[in-house]
Amino acid sequence: MARYTINVNGESKQVDVDSDTPILWVLRDNLHLLGTKYGCGIAHCGVCTIHLDGDAVRSCAYPISAVGDKKIVTIEGLSENGDHPVQKAWLEHDVPQCGYCQAGQIMTASSLLDQNPNPTDDEIRRAMNGNICRCATYTRINRAIKSAAKDL
Amino acid sequence: MLKNSYSTNGLKYSFGFLVLCLIMGIFTTACKSKKPTSSDYVSIPEAKMKDSIASLSAFEKVYSVLMHPRCMNCHPQGDIPLQGDDSHVHNMLPQRGPDGKGLLTMKCTNCHGSKGVPGDATPPGNPMWHLPPADMKMVFQGRSPRALALQLVNPDLNGHKNMADLRLHAEDTLVKSGWQMGGDRTLPSLTYEEFKEAWYAWIDNGAFAPSK
Repeated sequence: MARYTINVNGESKQVDVDSDTPILWVLRDNLHLLGTKYGCGIAHCGVCTIHLDGDAVRSCAYPISAVGDKKIVTIEGLSENGDHPVQKAWLEHDVPQCGYCQAGQIMTASSLLDQNPNPTDDEIRRAMNGNICRCATYTRINRAIKSAAKDL
Repeated sequence: MLKNSYSTNGLKYSFGFLVLCLIMGIFTTACKSKKPTSSDYVSIPEAKMKDSIASLSAFEKVYSVLMHPRCMNCHPQGDIPLQGDDSHVHNMLPQRGPDGKGLLTMKCTNCHGSKGVPGDATPPGNPMWHLPPADMKMVFQGRSPRALALQLVNPDLNGHKNMADLRLHAEDTLVKSGWQMGGDRTLPSLTYEEFKEAWYAWIDNGAFAPSK
């Protein structure tokens, strides 16, 4: 076990965990931030996506020891009142069906728009390829991202 | 009678000698006209010595490592890396991108952190994780031993490396990581140290390309 000081959603947090612990479990088990979900555990499905210095990182396969002073943002910290343009577009287009993957989808979509505020359909498809939705809400995800791009 | 016999044999020997000289002259001229030019060889000016047998023997070992999935998977023919011991197209189809580091939310480092987490199928970590860039793809997949050897020594195809740089490439952190992927991934048949030895032997003996 080792003590780590990490910045999560703008706040400094101290955790005492094994150096190989994925960030996902630090967020969920130590900091009780349950918005970030567990899916595959091998970085294949995208459910656990968070932002690490703005990059859409798979928290299930990223060890706490590799975080350093990078800033972590989870779905809870994306906006103060749930009014990030992507979150608003998600509501507008009624994107979720079961909803399990949606935190990861929203975190990836918001990272995409930070880097490319006006993505084409092809760019959206390529950027969102790593986020799987078993309910197949992909067409609504695509529409919501285009909608959010207009509100940025 | 005896004197005549000596005289006849002498004439025969003289004639034979002249014919032999003529044949040798024609042979020498023919050889000169077919002398290989410098373009017939792979020119390795920085090589310390030239021993084609030792070089080619070493390259056979080098080739077996470079074509192993741990190396070849990041040197694909297309713009999507390969994955696994069967070198299937990488799940989620991450793109090479202009710098070889991926695109937007699908950069290599979004999943391959500077360090991985333990597990058979978890993404291996490395701070330098990337593919060759789009303008210098350095494809291994599908290359014959000869094609790969010629590609490796050509600065226009090998990332602008001269022979000293190429030699040093064996020390590259990403090359070394091929032996440190973890999980149940198979490793190349040579150890890293054996590979490095073969790599140096191939280059130091002239970096010859196999005939096929």
